[in-house]
Amino acid sequence: MSRPGAVVEIDRTMPPVLFHHGEGVRLERLPVGSRVIYGPDPLPGLPHPQRAIRRALSHPIEDDPLPSLLRAGMKLTIAVDDLSLPLPPMAAPDVRQLVLQEVLELAAEAGVEDVHLIIATGLHRRMTADEIRHAVGDRVFSTFYPERLYNHDAEDPEGNVHIGVTEKGEEVTLNRRAAESDLVIYVNLTLVPMDGGHKSMATGLASYRGIRQHHNVKTLLGSRSYMHPPDSDLHHSCIRQGQLIEDAVRVFHIETTVNNHSFPSIANFMQKRETDWTASDQAAFLAVKQVTDLAPTHIKRQVFHSMRAPYALTSVRAGQVDAVHEKTLESVREQLTVEVEGQTDIVTIGVPYIGPYNVFAPMNPVLVVCTGLGYLFNLYRGRPVVREGGVAILSHPCRYEFDSVQHPSYIDFYDEVLADTTDPHQIEQRYEERFATDPWYRQLFRKSHAYHGVHPFYAWYWAAHAMQHLGDVIIVGGDRDTVHRLGFKCATRLEDALEMAEQTVGRHPSISHLRLPPLLLADVR
Amino acid sequence: MLALQYVRSVPRYAALKATGGRPKLATGEFSVLHLGDVEDPRLPAAGWHQVRPRLAGICGSDLAAITGHASLYLDPLTSYPFVMGHEVVGECDGSRVVVEPALGCEVRGLDPVCARCAEGRPGLCENVDSGDLPVGLQTGYCSATGGGWGETLIAHPRQLHEVPASLADEAAVLVEPLACSVHAALRAEIGGDDVIVVQGAGTIGLLTVAAVRQLTSPRRLIAVAKHPSQREHALRLGADQVVRPDEAFQRIRFATSARRLDGRDRPLLLGGADATFECTGTAAGLNDAVRYTRAGGTVVAVGMPGEVKVDWAPIWQRELHVLGAYAYGVEGDGRRTFEIALELAPRLGLEALTGPLFGLGAYRDAITYALAAGRLGAVKVAFDLRNLGA
Repeated sequence: MSRPGAVVEIDRTMPPVLFHHGEGVRLERLPVGSRVIYGPDPLPGLPHPQRAIRRALSHPIEDDPLPSLLRAGMKLTIAVDDLSLPLPPMAAPDVRQLVLQEVLELAAEAGVEDVHLIIATGLHRRMTADEIRHAVGDRVFSTFYPERLYNHDAEDPEGNVHIGVTEKGEEVTLNRRAAESDLVIYVNLTLVPMDGGHKSMATGLASYRGIRQHHNVKTLLGSRSYMHPPDSDLHHSCIRQGQLIEDAVRVFHIETTVNNHSFPSIANFMQKRETDWTASDQAAFLAVKQVTDLAPTHIKRQVFHSMRAPYALTSVRAGQVDAVHEKTLESVREQLTVEVEGQTDIVTIGVPYIGPYNVFAPMNPVLVVCTGLGYLFNLYRGRPVVREGGVAILSHPCRYEFDSVQHPSYIDFYDEVLADTTDPHQIEQRYEERFATDPWYRQLFRKSHAYHGVHPFYAWYWAAHAMQHLGDVIIVGGDRDTVHRLGFKCATRLEDALEMAEQTVGRHPSISHLRLPPLLLADVR
Repeated sequence: MLALQYVRSVPRYAALKATGGRPKLATGEFSVLHLGDVEDPRLPAAGWHQVRPRLAGICGSDLAAITGHASLYLDPLTSYPFVMGHEVVGECDGSRVVVEPALGCEVRGLDPVCARCAEGRPGLCENVDSGDLPVGLQTGYCSATGGGWGETLIAHPRQLHEVPASLADEAAVLVEPLACSVHAALRAEIGGDDVIVVQGAGTIGLLTVAAVRQLTSPRRLIAVAKHPSQREHALRLGADQVVRPDEAFQRIRFATSARRLDGRDRPLLLGGADATFECTGTAAGLNDAVRYTRAGGTVVAVGMPGEVKVDWAPIWQRELHVLGAYAYGVEGDGRRTFEIALELAPRLGLEALTGPLFGLGAYRDAITYALAAGRLGAVKVAFDLRNLGA
C-alpha cells in the first residue's frame, strides 16, 4: 500500500522544500504556516504487464475481444501516442512497446497483413527514428519502419479527410489511412486526467482544421480545469468529435496508466518528501545542486534529458473509448489525487526542465508559461489551489533560449507577437491564422522536426485560464527582460517574490507550494 | 590656417592595415593625420568662394581612411596631402551654407561636361583628374580645396547651398550624408508592397531609414541596428521594426513569409526582402544582405565598402540587382539631391543625432570616440570650429 498524498504545514522543524528550477534544483524555506502539497507515493506496478495486456485485449470493456475483430484481408491501422507522454520519457521497455507487441501478435495470428502504425503527433513535432524505436521497441521498429510505421502528417492535404461537423459546428478531420481502415486500434498512455479518451484521436490524428475547434481561447477558458474532463469544454468538444469519428470508423481503444515514479535512482531524492531524506538522499541532492550550479547549460540539459523514468504500468484496459476512459481516469486519480482544504493567496511552483513540448530541447520562455501556468496550475479538480486574484510564483531561469529545429515559430511568437501583446484573445485574433498558414513553418513541420506553426499559440492559450484567474505572476530567478516580455514580474529570490506578492494579496498571505515531483492532482475543497 | 591634414604614407598605411587600424595606433604613432599650420587654399578661378567651416562631421569613409581600411581603389582618385572633412556647414559671405563636395566638370571649369555630369551625376564625373583642380572626387579628398577639418576651404558656387535659419548647425552638418541617403533611397525604386531592410544604423543607416520613410511608401521598413540608442533613433526616424543583427534572418523571414535554410556558414532565405540598403560596408553586412534579399531583388551598397570578401554566388544565383549609391546630383524629378535633403532635414530632428563635438586640438579623442560611436550611444561625432580664431 503506497502512502497517499498529504498537505503538510510548515513549522520551525521542517527542512527546506525542494523546488525545480529548470535544469537545476533549489531548496527554499517557506514561511512558517505555509503548506506543502505532496502527491501520493508511486503505486505498485502490475506484477505481470504482458499478462494484463493480453487479458485486457481478450476481455475488453463494452466491446468485442480484439481477436474477434481481426481477420485476414482487413486494413488495420494502429495509432500510438507520441513522445509528449510520459515525462520524462519512460525507461525501456516503453509501455507502448508492450502493448504493440501483443496487438501485432494477435494481428499476425489472424493473418492480417495490411497493418500500418501511425504515431499520433497531431500538431506536435515528428518523432525521430531513434525516438520511435525507443517507444515501439527494436522488433516492431525493424519490421515496420519507415513504410508502415510513420508519423501522422497533419499538413498533408491528401493524407487527411473531412469526417463531418458536430452538432456544435465543430469540423472533424482524420488521418486518411485511419479513416479508410476497417479497424483503428489506438494505443494510449494516460499520465494525467487530461490525456486519453476521445482526445487521443480527435487531436492526435487530426489536422489544424479539426484541432483548432477546441484549441482556442474560448474553449480553454471554459476548461476549469482541463485536468478534470467533466468541467472541461476542451474535453466536451473532443468527445463530440470523437463520437463522430466512431460513427465513421471502427475504433478499438487501449488505454494504459503508469505510476508517478518519474526519476531514476540517482535522482530519487526528488521523489521523496524532504522529511524522508536519508543521508544518501542529502548527498545526492548536494551533488546534483553542485553540478547544476556549476555546469554549463548544455551539459546540464544533456544530463537531465538523458534520464529515463522507471514508470511502472498500473492499469491497462481496452474496448469502447468512453467506457475505457472512465475506468482509466479512476486509476489516474488514484495515483495522483491529494485532498486540499481551501485555496490560498499564493501558490509556489518549481517549473522543471521538461514539459510535453520540449523533449530533448530547452524549455523556451513560452513553454515556461505553458508548463507553469498551463499544466501545473491546472493540476486541480474543483477549484485552483490559489484563489482568484492571488499570485503564482514560479521558479525557473526563463532564459531567451529556443531550439531552432523544434520551435522555429516559437521564436517569432516571442519576438513578434509577445512584443505586441500578451493578451490571448488579441493574439488569437491578430496572429494565429498567419502562423498557422506560414509556408516555412509548414515545411519544417512536415519535413523536419518542428512543432506546427500554430503551436506556440496553443501553448499560450493553455495558460489563458491562469492568466485570467491570477492577480499576478512572479518568476523567481528568471531573466528580467524575458520575464517582462512575457508580461510578468521578476524576482531574484523567493523571499523577494513573497514580499512583492504581498502588494497584490495583502500582508500575511496564505501560501501553498505545489511540490513536484511526484506528479499530483489537487482536489481542492 | 590650422587644419587637420591627411598625409600619404605607404609604411603607415601598411602598418595600420596590418594592425587592424586600432584607434590608439590610428591616432598615435602610426597616424596619417597631422594637425598644424597649413597654407590657405587658393581660389583656382573667378567666382570661387572661401568658406569658414562651423561644424564638420567625421564620416565613416574618413575613419576608413584614417584606420587603413579604405580601398586602394580610391588612392589614384585622391590628391595628397589633403585637409579632411566633407560633411560641412560653414559661413560664406555672411550666409550659412552646406557644401556639396562632389568635384565634377562644372566645378572644375570644364566645358563641355562629361556624359555623367551631363546626366546630373557629378559624383560619377569622368574628369576628376582634369580642369582647375588636381585629382579628387570630393572636397575633403583633394589637395587644393581644403576641407571641413580646417579653418578655411574653398568652394565653387555650384557646391554651395544656403541653410535656412531654422536649421541648427548640428542638423545642417548632416545634410551631406542625408543627401547620400536620399540618393540611395531613390535609386532603389521602392514599390508600395515592398519589404525594405536597412542594414546598419550608423549615420548613413539612420538617415537612409529617414529617407526611405519620407520619400517612398514601402509595406514594411526594417532596420538592423546593433546598439540600443541606434534602435531608438531608427524607430524615431520611421522604421516599422528594428532588429538586432543576430536576429535579422529570423525577423526578415517572418516579415516576408520566406523560408529559411541554414547553411554551414550563414543562413539564406528563399524569398526575403525586396530591397536592402547595405549601410555597414562590411563583409558580414554585405554577405548577409545578399542572402536575405529575395531573388531578383535589389541590394544597394550605401555604406562605403573597403576591400572585403563577398561571396558572389548568391548575387549570381538570385539574379540580384546590386547597385552602388554614391554621392548625389540631380534626381529623377529634376531636383538636386541636396535640395531634397535640405527640404527634409527640418522635419527629422537631426540635431539629436549630432554630438559630442570636439575641437580640432582634441582630434585624437574625436577619432577614438567616432570609432566607437555606436557603442557609446553617439551617431555623428563632429568637429566644432565655431570658436576658432575668436
